[in-house]
Amino acid sequence: MIDHASKVHLDRKHLLRLLREMLRIRRFEERCVELYSGGKIRGFLHLYIGEEANAVGAMQAIGPKDAVVTTYREHGHALARGISARALMAEMFGKMEGTSRGRGGSMHVFDAATRFYGGNAIVAGGMPLAVGIALAAKMRGERNITACFFGDGAVAEGAFHESLNLASLWKLPVLFICENNRYAMGTAIERAQAQIDLTKHAESYAIRAEAVDGMDVVAVEVATHRAADLVRETGEPYFLENRTYRFRAHSMYDPELYRSKAEVEEWKKRDPITLLEAWMRDSNLLHPEDMPKLEAEVAAEIDDAVAFAEAGQWEPVADLCKDVMTVRKVGVLEAAK
Amino acid sequence: MTTTTYRDAVRVAHREALQRDPRVFLMGEDVGRYGGSYACTKGLIEEFGPERIRDTPLSEVAFVGAGIGAALAGMRPIVEIMTVNFSMLALDQIVNNAATIRHMSGGQFSIPLVIRMATGAGRQVAAQHSHSLESWYAHVPGIRVVAPATLADARGMLWTALEDPDPVVIFEHAMLYSLEGDLPEGSGSVDIDRAAVLRPGRDVTLIAYSENLHKALAAAELLAQDRIEAEVIDLRTLRPLDDATIMTSVRKTRRAVVVDEGWRSGSLAAEIAARIMEQAFYDLDAPVGRVCSEEVPIPYPKHLEDAAIPQPHKIVATVKNLFGSHG
Repeated sequence: MIDHASKVHLDRKHLLRLLREMLRIRRFEERCVELYSGGKIRGFLHLYIGEEANAVGAMQAIGPKDAVVTTYREHGHALARGISARALMAEMFGKMEGTSRGRGGSMHVFDAATRFYGGNAIVAGGMPLAVGIALAAKMRGERNITACFFGDGAVAEGAFHESLNLASLWKLPVLFICENNRYAMGTAIERAQAQIDLTKHAESYAIRAEAVDGMDVVAVEVATHRAADLVRETGEPYFLENRTYRFRAHSMYDPELYRSKAEVEEWKKRDPITLLEAWMRDSNLLHPEDMPKLEAEVAAEIDDAVAFAEAGQWEPVADLCKDVMTVRKVGVLEAAK
Repeated sequence: MTTTTYRDAVRVAHREALQRDPRVFLMGEDVGRYGGSYACTKGLIEEFGPERIRDTPLSEVAFVGAGIGAALAGMRPIVEIMTVNFSMLALDQIVNNAATIRHMSGGQFSIPLVIRMATGAGRQVAAQHSHSLESWYAHVPGIRVVAPATLADARGMLWTALEDPDPVVIFEHAMLYSLEGDLPEGSGSVDIDRAAVLRPGRDVTLIAYSENLHKALAAAELLAQDRIEAEVIDLRTLRPLDDATIMTSVRKTRRAVVVDEGWRSGSLAAEIAARIMEQAFYDLDAPVGRVCSEEVPIPYPKHLEDAAIPQPHKIVATVKNLFGSHG
């Protein structure tokens, strides 16, 4: 029996790391808002602010050989997965030095080196991909798992139900992580789902499931370690419902007419960064100089990322259609026969 | 030479692919124990087992998307969708994922996926099992679309499609499965880049694909009785179109008729006619003619179904009209 909690070393070094990772995401996105207002970033920009504990906690349990499939609200997952702030910011700018050569922007971060399969902007559209990636691993006898992130909005899509059923039926190593932030764009979960306990949806497909406090990074880390180990050991899927909240609007176009300021303020009392910071302080694990130091280091990293993105190159228009299809000589296969 | 059917050619192509490459596997509705709704995959589950011949639930989004995911992760999946009509349920995965990910990821990921599906009318199965929507797929950059019309292509195109690093959609017209003919021993891969001239002629070019190729060939026989020598082109690949073969023929014959079981509006025939206008307008002696399906959901009764889709006599009439209008 693995003691999953013991995998999470609640020592000062590890906790500082969690704090720092959450802070990186928070400050990165705050800078993105400024850059959006300044016209450097365009299109859709979906912020993860408030939800950082989920990506940071979960990624502690996802190994380098594992695969990650996520959504259009993926800046946090990308940074926590180890994709550089430089490449991510260059992608936001649409520059060639970006993760996807600048072609995808905020919603379509891809990175082969970290097995990061998007950045998928059709709600639930990444879920079948995750099932297929896990199927490939199973057929080849590999031990890696696929972490599939999605939001509560995905639960209303057919792709969610078909994917859960197929992963369970075929016993595929998918760790489904639902980041339930209570709103599908502007529609509250109570207005969209007949069953708002989302673990019950998973259980109806014979998938083990549990709900997690998505504002508590340590709780997310412990739960994800346990879940990931189970997926690895059994080869079967598992479902986490991380109950969380986004503090900002759905995207930069959202006037937030659908929820009260009081509700947002209430959730902000459980800000994952403030929560961890306070807990560490109370436990004498946070020294007075730590936060200023972390803030300075994170600010320097983001300044560097912005400078990198600014200095990046635009893809030449001559390359507009490059990579639509793989370049190969016409008839080459016939000739090779 | 051995006498075989289109259906057997498809089955043999699968067997060879599964024997040749351990990364190849097949999944779809009733491809295993049932043997395939058109019996194309009969016996494969006994030979290769349920891991590689995977019966799926009726979940087109999930199993097509899973094919894309498995291809992303290095496998060589063949996904069978029972008919093009059901593929609408998986259109999101094909158009939004399979076709985009290579370009959208900056060229980091390829999707070596093959999707096969049946298409077309002729079996009195009415308006939700009979449509020809090849043009929808041929509209989309990022996928290759092929339509084998001959036994050699039914056998050989799967091979080449599996070697292609990009998604390939193979359309098999349901009326072709029982087509009989001779296939040389050891037939193998064929190119999936070029159209083919299947009958030479000097007076008019008939451009067709899939089941309608055979209607065009039948029309050419009828036209020959009236001393009109039709050249017949099998498009074979619907995306990308082989403009060169089309234009070479049209410049020679100076007349063209496109035969397409899709509806006329926004059809593949419309695209081909436009390309001929762009590239060979001054070589034409007559406007490009089209024989397409009538703009109606395909009806059940035989006489109405026949009337709704291209037929040899309609092709003949359209060709003669090109000559009639120019003496």
